[in-house]
Amino acid sequence: MGLLSKKDLKLITDPLADDNPITIQVLGICSALAITAELKASIVMSVAVLFVLGVGNVVISLMRNIIPSKIRIIVQLIVVATLVIIVDLVLKAFAYELSKTLSVFVGLIITNCIIMGRFEAFALANGPWKSFLDGIGNSLGYAVILIIVGFFRELLGSGTLLGIKVLGDPIEKTGVYAFGYENNGFMLLAPMALITVGIIIWVQRSRNTSLIEDN
Amino acid sequence: MAKNTESNLYTILFATGMVVVVGALLAFLASSLKEKITENKRIEKQQNILYAMGVNENDETSVEFVSKSIVGSEFSKYITKQLVITGTDAVEDENAYLIDLKKEEAASKAENRERKLPLFIGNKENVQYYIIPVRGKGLWDAIWGYVAIDNQLVVQGVYFDHAGETPGLGSNIKERFFMDDFKGEHFLDGDLFKGISVSKGNADPKNLDKTDFEVDAIAGSTITGDGLAAMLKKDLKMYVPYLKTLKQ
Repeated sequence: MGLLSKKDLKLITDPLADDNPITIQVLGICSALAITAELKASIVMSVAVLFVLGVGNVVISLMRNIIPSKIRIIVQLIVVATLVIIVDLVLKAFAYELSKTLSVFVGLIITNCIIMGRFEAFALANGPWKSFLDGIGNSLGYAVILIIVGFFRELLGSGTLLGIKVLGDPIEKTGVYAFGYENNGFMLLAPMALITVGIIIWVQRSRNTSLIEDN
Repeated sequence: MAKNTESNLYTILFATGMVVVVGALLAFLASSLKEKITENKRIEKQQNILYAMGVNENDETSVEFVSKSIVGSEFSKYITKQLVITGTDAVEDENAYLIDLKKEEAASKAENRERKLPLFIGNKENVQYYIIPVRGKGLWDAIWGYVAIDNQLVVQGVYFDHAGETPGLGSNIKERFFMDDFKGEHFLDGDLFKGISVSKGNADPKNLDKTDFEVDAIAGSTITGDGLAAMLKKDLKMYVPYLKTLKQ
């Protein structure tokens, strides 16, 4: 019943947890470390990847039978780059303010390995509808991790969430700062993002031991 | 029935076709949208210049420009004069704000001549503002901005922007908590040019000391901050000979 068969639904729900692109497939780590210092940047990046991966997967899937396998990586790269540049140009012409917010993400999207990874692993072997669902599922799974990491890094690093001072003012010493609490500036740097992702992986694997590889 | 997608000929033809199609598509799009994009950039420049001299719609924490629809009239209302400075000579030029700093820098070097420096003079509530455009390098890409000073050569407002600094870190140079710190800062110590450093250890997070030639840096954006300080040092310095003539 419904719009999605059980198999289709799995394409969306699997990447959210047990086949998460970041914590299980280890795709898209670079951007997860780079831009999660603030929750807002995490959300913007997630939406941008959702769009590019959704559309990109469909395009690659439609082209899957005519792409020569020797140059398939280059073809994938061209497809992503073209998509992103077209969106960037159109936004610059018709929604300039939005394009200002997004422009710093353009380079990060083109080089994001989650995009190439899904093209290579899924879209090249499956039809457009399934590829679309796979794209949506994986970008949602990516978004979940980005938002969790962004939440903790911004909260512990700057004492804010989406720019709102939820813990009080560190300079005026109000809120929790009145009791001697200090922001942990280390949280703003990339190494702590890696450790945060590591903790998420640890929690996930201890809850679901079947994810642990035996060796 | 399936074509042999493995053959060398097919691979080369496919690659050629793809390049032609994508190239044509992007070239067509870029040239047909060029006019609109240039216009948006021109409006943005006017908004940025007005922002630096305090003509904006900020509330307590936001960065809000005057709206697109009125920026043209506001610009001609508040910006009373635009100058192009060479050395200590100044010539009026009402399109000085369209000078591309990057191209001008390259051209002046290539032609081995003194740089033409644009300067905008604003007047708001009977206070004169001198707005200086600056441009430099951040961590990943270009950074630029506008610095508004009064006739005592004290900074009254700034606007900074960037092409690709890290979101959440270096990109915060265009946030209020950083830009507002520059208000009231001095960059001249008597006659000596000092610039304004972006410093990590100035022990002045509330930025109460306005004559220390320092503002508080952003955690995690050392290189963007250093680039910004270098930009201010380099570009403001070029204007000093002319600015000193104002002070007398």
